[in-house]
Formats: sequence, structure tokens, C-alpha cells
Amino acid sequence: MARDPAFHPPKAPFVEAMAIFLGNRAAMAGLIVLAVVILASLIGPSLYGVDPKATVNAPFLPPMEDAASPLGTDYIGRDVLAGLLSGGPATIMIGTAAALVAVLIGITLGALAGYYGGMTDTILMRFTEFFQVLPALLFAMVLMTLFTPSLRVTIIGIGLVMWPPTARLARAEFMKLRNMDYVRAERAMGARDRRIIWRVILPNAMPPLIAAAALVVGVSILFEAGLSFLGLGDPNIRSWGEMIGSNRDYIFDCPWAVFFPGIAIFLTVLGVSLVGDGLNDAMNPRFRER
Amino acid sequence: MKQKLFFAVVLVCSVVVLNFFLIRLAPGDPAVTLAGQAGGADAETLEEIRRTYGLDQPLAQQFFVYAGKILTGDLGTSYYFNLPVSDLILERLFPTLILVLSSLVISVGFGTFFGVLAARNPRGPFSYVVTVVALGGYSVPAFWLGQMLILAFAWYVPIFPVDGMASLRVSGVLDRIVDLAWHLALPALTLGVSFMAQYSRVSRAAMLEVLDSDYIRTARAKGASEPSVLFVHGLRNAILPVITLVGLQLGQILSGAVLVETVFNWPGLGRLALDSILRRDYPTILGILLASAVVVVVINLATEAIYRSADPRLRSGGRH
Repeated sequence: MARDPAFHPPKAPFVEAMAIFLGNRAAMAGLIVLAVVILASLIGPSLYGVDPKATVNAPFLPPMEDAASPLGTDYIGRDVLAGLLSGGPATIMIGTAAALVAVLIGITLGALAGYYGGMTDTILMRFTEFFQVLPALLFAMVLMTLFTPSLRVTIIGIGLVMWPPTARLARAEFMKLRNMDYVRAERAMGARDRRIIWRVILPNAMPPLIAAAALVVGVSILFEAGLSFLGLGDPNIRSWGEMIGSNRDYIFDCPWAVFFPGIAIFLTVLGVSLVGDGLNDAMNPRFRER
Repeated sequence: MKQKLFFAVVLVCSVVVLNFFLIRLAPGDPAVTLAGQAGGADAETLEEIRRTYGLDQPLAQQFFVYAGKILTGDLGTSYYFNLPVSDLILERLFPTLILVLSSLVISVGFGTFFGVLAARNPRGPFSYVVTVVALGGYSVPAFWLGQMLILAFAWYVPIFPVDGMASLRVSGVLDRIVDLAWHLALPALTLGVSFMAQYSRVSRAAMLEVLDSDYIRTARAKGASEPSVLFVHGLRNAILPVITLVGLQLGQILSGAVLVETVFNWPGLGRLALDSILRRDYPTILGILLASAVVVVVINLATEAIYRSADPRLRSGGRH
């Protein structure tokens, strides 16, 4: 059977979104930056093989001076490149896990508020406002000191202060979708609220939430960096923020030990944000023009 | 507005409740937690703390004692400074407020200005540059940017002070103000840049919608100058999302202030918060948490008032 050349069958939404995303140069650049950072974090430490926590060379060694420490050493002679490579997994893992916690809390509360509306909505949204009023970093700092800082406390602490924007977005999506025909049909067939919320509405509300989640990862990475810069992260982990914080008092003697970790954070967050923006453009057609 | 005021009070009360439970949620004896480093294991000190904080009484009664004290302005005593927490906070409030407000002026002012200009030609090179710079400002850690600015403009090219808020030997009102502005420049710029991105984005998007409308065409047709079209006719109608964003971001800006104050040794609340946390001075840190929530709520109410005067539809009887 011959095909009519003028007939273009509509593509599946996912395929179309993928095509838009792959055609977005900024998002592709972000993806490449991210891939480099993740690859360097995964294989870098074993390839480079220098202990990031040990004094391996003379302190305050500038970059490019000694082949053994190409990016120089910090105030107690720790290798800056080794710190960068080993700080990557810690930073990215904590940022991603914390964002996951935040998105889970945000989607749950936002879904309930948006779906049920009325009193449930009022109470949950006041609760959300309360968390938005509280300066997140101060609150997280209090949590980190009341409970001994560890990996788990850091992740949960960041997740606990990062969820309000996701909750607002999820609420808006659920309010929009809850009266759609397919939801009404499901309800008319006697589906329970639980099924409607998680199985019927949530999959349709996912695209904007996924794009927003990528941005939460970026903010969480910045937040983790800030906490460890202040010296409030897990003391056993070398992260990029911790490198900047510990060399802060020696910035005029070894600026490179502060400069490079900051560039690493900047590039990672930039990559995540570009990918997030690209996802947003691809999945939310109504914003494409902006 | 009355309703907003009511919720503002409820929000502040919720922070009081949160503070009360935070101390009791922490593992271990709250008296030991409250005593922190200063209290050590001295049984007599612990006994005194239990009495002053009413820890030997039932939970409900403890709460009313605590809330009553806060209502009368008593936030407890700092174990490190041995001074009332409220005095410490009042002393540090001005530096933080001036830092936050001046960085708001920078981020909202420049962000909106660039966003409006970018909206004129959304596919043009200027718009592209604004988008890229905004994304960069959004992705850069503020505390690192501050250190780089110190390196560049206080060390290699020493035109600004490295840290602090005032020089030692400066007298006269005018000289002091100039000196303060000189110290304020780098910290305010650091904090402002990291939030500028979102204002340029929001104002650009809002202006894009506005510039398509009939009244802009009318303004152009009657011969209004381009700046007047953009900033008088256009911006007046695109400013609302910007004002909303100010209210939403205040908590984040105060969080950013903690980091920036640490980098620049700025004697504000954020610096005090970090020092108190490192000293486990809980009465002080909880007092700061409450005070900063009050600051956010008050500035939020102010933005709400501005919002109302910016949008005539909300001025009388309009429901919002």
C-alpha cells in the first residue's frame, strides 16, 4: 500500500518531546558537561590514584609547577585535583538524593492539596508557606547541629527544606487535571481516590514535575556546597564545598584551592540547569515560545 | 489585607512552636542541649536551666512558659555572650537588613532592566546574552563568587576592603555613610548577582506578553518614546510577577546572606547564626530563626502592600 507523502502521522508525545530535547543545543551542551563531570567522578579517582585526604606534597604549591600535582596543593599539601575528582561523587550523590527526598515530599503534599482542594488544600498550603517563610539554610543549619551531621542527616535535612516549590507545582497540575474527562470517567467507574491520584493523574502531571525536579537537583547541589562550606556537612566526606570552606582562610596564599572546586560546582549546576530547562521546553509545549 | 495580617501572625506563632519542639526533638536531655558547651556536665547548671526553662514541668505548661516569655520579648540568654538574645539580635539586625535590602535593589533593579530590554527582541543577540548571563548567575555558588570578587577587587586590584562593615578611624555622618557603602559594595553585589537571574527571566517573560498588547501599540502610535513605552506603559503591567517573586524569595535571600556574611565577615545575623551554631549556643540560634521569620513576614506584608498599589484592580474590594 502506497503512503500518501503529505500524510505525517502524529508522533507519540514522548517521541516528540525527545526530538525537541535532542534538537536543543543548550540542553545538549548541558548534557555533555554533565556527562564529563559524572565520568570524571566515576573513573577519575581510581585513574588518578592520589589520596584526596592525605598530605602528598608541599603546601601552597601552585598549579602546573609540579607534575605530581597538576592543579597544585592546598594549605596542608592536599592534592587539589584529587579533591576535585573525589568530591564529585559526594556532591552529585547528596544533591540528587536530597532532591529526590524533596520531590517525593513535594509531590505527595501537592497532589493531596490539589486533588482534594477545600480544607485539605488550605491546611497543606499554609504548611507549605510556613516552610517557605523559614530561611532554608538557617533551618538546615539548626537540623545539622541538633542531629550529628552524617550523610543521611545531610540528605534528609536538605530534602526537608527544598520541597515547597515542587509542592506548589504539583498542586497546580493536580487542580488542572482533576476535572479532566478521563479522570471523571475513572471516577464514574468507581475508582478509589488513591488510584485516581497515583495511577491516573500523576502520570499525566509528570512532565512538568520531571523538568522541575532537574532544577531542584541543581539547587540542592548549591545548598549542599553551602552547608559544607560553612563546615556543617559530614566531616568524613571531602566535597567541593568543603574544599572551598577549609581553604577559605588561605585564599590569598593558594587561591587555586578555592577557585577550582567553585568552577566544578558552577559547571555541574550549569549543566543540570541547562538540561532542566531543555526538559521543560520539550515537555511543556505552551512555554516553548519563551 | 486583614486576612494576610492574621496569617502572618499565625506563621510567626508556628515558628515559636517549631522552636519549642526542635530542642525537644534532638536526641538527649534538652537541658544538656540548651547548656551546650558552656553548661558542660555541671549538675548545678543543669538544674538551673531546668528551672529557668521549666523543664521539670509538664510539656503543655512548659510550652506556655516558653511562649509567654517570647511574647514579652524574652528570647532567653546567650550562653556564650551571657547577654539577652534579644539584645544580640537587635544589634545585628541593621547590618543584615541593609545587606539584604541593597542586594534586593541590585537584583530586582538590574534584573528587571535587562529582562525588559531583552524582551524587546526576544531572538536577538542581547536577549541571548542576558539569558546566558542569567543562567550563569543562577548556577554560581554565591559564597564562591564572593571570594573571587575579594580576590579580584580587594587583593589583586585593591579598590574595595577585604571584609568588615566599617573602617576604624572614620568620623562625621557623611563620611560614615560613604565608608559603609564602600564596605557594602562587594557583599551586596555578590548576593544581588545570584538572585538577578530569576528577575531578568520573570520580567522578560512578563514583558513578552505585555508588548503584544493593544495599549502598547496605542502608546507607540501616539508617539511615545521607546523608553517611555518600555518602562512606563510596559513595565507597569509586567511588574506584578516581579513583586510576587520578591516575596517568595526572601527566605532564600536571607539564607544567602548567611553565606555572604560569612565570606565578608559582615557583622549581621547570619554571621551570628553560624558562630552560635559552632558554639552550640541554642538560645541564640533559635532566637535568630524566629527573628528572621519575622523579617520575612514583615517584608512580605510590605510587598503585598506594594502589589496592591501597583495593581489598581486589587486596591478596593478586589478579592485576592
